[in-house]
Amino acid sequence: MSASAAAGGTVGHIRHVLSENPVTGLSFGLFGLLVLTAILGPSLVPYDPLASSDAALAAPSAKHWFGTDNLGRDVFARVVVATRLDLGMAFAAVALVFVTGTLAGVAAGFLGGWTDRIVGRVTDTIMAFPLFVLAMGLVAALGNTIANVIYATAIINFPIYARVARTEANIRREAGYIEAARLAGASTLAVMLFEVLPNVLPIMMVQVSLTMGYAILNTAGLSFIGLGIRPPTAEWGIMVAEGAGYIVSGEWWIALFPGLALMLAVFTFNLMGDGLRDIVDPRRRT
Amino acid sequence: MSQPPLLSVEDLSVEFRTRSGTVRALEAISFAIARGETVGVVGESGSGKSVTAYTVMRLLDDAARITSGRIMFGGLDMLGADAGTLAELRGRELSMIFQNPRASLNPIRRVGQQIADVLLRHANVGAKEAGERAVALLAEVGIPEPSRRAKAYPFELSGGMCQRIGIAIALACRPALLIADEPTTGLDVTTQATIMDLVSELGRARGMATMLITHDLGLATERCDRVVVMHAGHVVEDAPTAALFAAPRHPYTARLFAATPRPGLALSEISTIPGGLPDLRRDDLPPCRFSTRCDRRRDACDAPPLPRVTHQGRLVACHNPL
Amino acid sequence: MFGLLARRLAAALPTLAGVIVVTFLMTRALPGDPAAYFAGPAATREAVEEIRRQLGLDQPLWVQFGDYLADLARGDLGLSITTGQPVLADIAQRLPASAELTLIGLLIAAGFGVPMGVAAALRPNSWVDHLCRVIATAGVSLPTFFTGLLLVYVFYYQLGWAPAPLGRLDAFSSPPPQVTGFYLIDSLLAGDIETFTGAAAQLALPALTLGIFALAPIARMTRGSMLSVLSSDFIRAARAAGLSGNTIVIRYALRNALLPVVTTLGMVLSFLLGANVLVEKVFAWPGIGSYAIEALIASDYAPVQGFVMAMAILYVALNLVIDLAYQAIDPRVRIEA
Repeated sequence: MSASAAAGGTVGHIRHVLSENPVTGLSFGLFGLLVLTAILGPSLVPYDPLASSDAALAAPSAKHWFGTDNLGRDVFARVVVATRLDLGMAFAAVALVFVTGTLAGVAAGFLGGWTDRIVGRVTDTIMAFPLFVLAMGLVAALGNTIANVIYATAIINFPIYARVARTEANIRREAGYIEAARLAGASTLAVMLFEVLPNVLPIMMVQVSLTMGYAILNTAGLSFIGLGIRPPTAEWGIMVAEGAGYIVSGEWWIALFPGLALMLAVFTFNLMGDGLRDIVDPRRRT
Repeated sequence: MSQPPLLSVEDLSVEFRTRSGTVRALEAISFAIARGETVGVVGESGSGKSVTAYTVMRLLDDAARITSGRIMFGGLDMLGADAGTLAELRGRELSMIFQNPRASLNPIRRVGQQIADVLLRHANVGAKEAGERAVALLAEVGIPEPSRRAKAYPFELSGGMCQRIGIAIALACRPALLIADEPTTGLDVTTQATIMDLVSELGRARGMATMLITHDLGLATERCDRVVVMHAGHVVEDAPTAALFAAPRHPYTARLFAATPRPGLALSEISTIPGGLPDLRRDDLPPCRFSTRCDRRRDACDAPPLPRVTHQGRLVACHNPL
Repeated sequence: MFGLLARRLAAALPTLAGVIVVTFLMTRALPGDPAAYFAGPAATREAVEEIRRQLGLDQPLWVQFGDYLADLARGDLGLSITTGQPVLADIAQRLPASAELTLIGLLIAAGFGVPMGVAAALRPNSWVDHLCRVIATAGVSLPTFFTGLLLVYVFYYQLGWAPAPLGRLDAFSSPPPQVTGFYLIDSLLAGDIETFTGAAAQLALPALTLGIFALAPIARMTRGSMLSVLSSDFIRAARAAGLSGNTIVIRYALRNALLPVVTTLGMVLSFLLGANVLVEKVFAWPGIGSYAIEALIASDYAPVQGFVMAMAILYVALNLVIDLAYQAIDPRVRIEA
């Protein structure tokens, strides 16, 4: 198959997937919106997200689209500005585990033996904990900082990446092109990094999208219980926590809008992950 | 010949709508089965034998459309019958055994219970009696220690044993017609013969008609009163076994005979049939779907319609028969 | 059956060992110097050294690990500074609240998720199927703490149907005499219908919150597994035998389809136990999750570590139960073992 025919097939396949499932197209649009908000948001909002005002607990209006919180801060400004921090933390965690988890998994699947046993033992041990509980414990033990929230989120996602990469690398161990590279005299390390790894990457990219949603939920959940982010920083989880006390007295907007933003972000990544999986790996369609 | 046949299929056409086009799986096929008669339906895989069986059972999946024809079974219009009537009929008057016996049993239910399920549904008996009759049926299909084996799960039994269970389920309610879809294909050779003996023997004892679907023309001529030969969704020849064996008239039947190993024939004398089945998704299928593979083809073969000539109780669909 | 149980327990041992090592490392990774932490801010250097020696922190790591194991064997998880109680006693007292909430949540999720998945699989690409898919995707996207608050707003503030989200019983009721620690069961055992309805009312929203979250993976898994079972040979054979629709769907298809669903329950439980912590905070539920959060805020680390360990042991135990349940359903595993 020539390169251009392969590319044409891929484009055709993507077009087919999008026409079968227009929701995937929608998720790409939402994703673009989220990224734009994260980049441009802080310079667009009409109010300083940290500035208090006299208009505390004001309901949504033309002046304050999402109302104001107990300190009179504009909820809309805070929700928009928080996008960068929430996506940033989740992205940092996913990037970290994408690199470490994929490498560890590929090494385990391709080399086998002790490497495989050690990686397997580590993933089993992580999986022995309820994952959010493990993240809580890790942040408590390592210290209550944003960096540690990111590390903990990366660690609890490690088993997913390591296992998927291990399976994919293991399948390709006996593939013809791997054998060819070996016969051509390439070292084991070179074969692993330059032949196996690139072939595993597309499937791992799907994992990125599928786990981004979970990473966002996890970091926001940790800040909801007071780990990582501290007030007065604008972040969705902590804003929901701050608004929680006002729900029972009817001031719904303080918690609702950051909660909706959080939900929208997670929903976008989950939909996009499903769509990407259909494009990259049609066999696993559910 | 005054009595109407048990099963009659007339002018039946079935299509499958798939993403890559419409598959014309059956086109205007007709045949009949009399009470107590054993009829073989023979053809290569993809010739439409199993589709015919599933259409008669009304077990086609959702992608299939019956575009024309009529199926009468014991006076009932099968294509007009509602789902409730059909479910009452299946397993009681009309039953089926399958190609892969183990996969055709519920893997996590005891085999005795699976036989009892059918009796409870159709035979108007209580749980206790159903259980006892299930054990009796196991004995009847030749399973040793039936009361112990009734408690076994399918994975604990051999393929041949599983097919015996399948036969017990199919015959539990003494149906008038048994459809056997390649019942011995997955089994080893010695088991094949005993299973076929069992089907013939129990069928004869019950006065049951059998429709034996097989790709093995030898098996069909050995076991059946009449043979229906199918090719690419057409019935190409339908004749009493002795007549067919003595002188096949359709070129495809002749080819099939030449390709069937039998005693006194050296391996080098066995010929193969050239070419494959035509792509049934094509819009421009020729009237005779065998013409591209046929060495007796003439120009007239390309002119519709395909002749279906009945003479002395045998049908042949060919412009230039032997 | 006992041999099987023993084998399964033995298989869980390396996992438990891993859990113990990780929790031990967590205690030694405490921010700053634990000795200085326990000595308090005003302590002199000598006092800190004295505490370090008392705590055994001057010993090599493997000796410390030995001490840690000995403490564990005695059930000593340290003292909570906030409550002044041994951590083990605190956790034992609060565990039933968490367990009751999680189990009811799981029941709700399975009670709705399984029928939803079956309905979707029976009519693929129908509106039921699409609804199931939307709910399943939305369900995993909803942060549990947010769902909980939404439910409180609608059912407590707007409709007034639910009681205030303040724990297991309202302020005017007293808990039933403790037998299992599950208020729903204990109140029934005591024949106290009023307490039962009170406890059920308090439990409804938090359990529903957890249920909505766990429903998604269960429904999705049931749908997929039902679809593949429904297209299998033995279902076609059952239809050819004329079995009734109910027998085919429930006794033949569903029982087979539930096997992979039971396997994924382990993953679902991992999510549930984590989400449980957040839900306990939203509903002021006096379980071990809110205990851990209170301790975290007070920088009281022994309870947090005790909590992590308790959750991990609970999770390992629940996975064991799932394993045994699987074997009870599937004769193939049972007999070959």
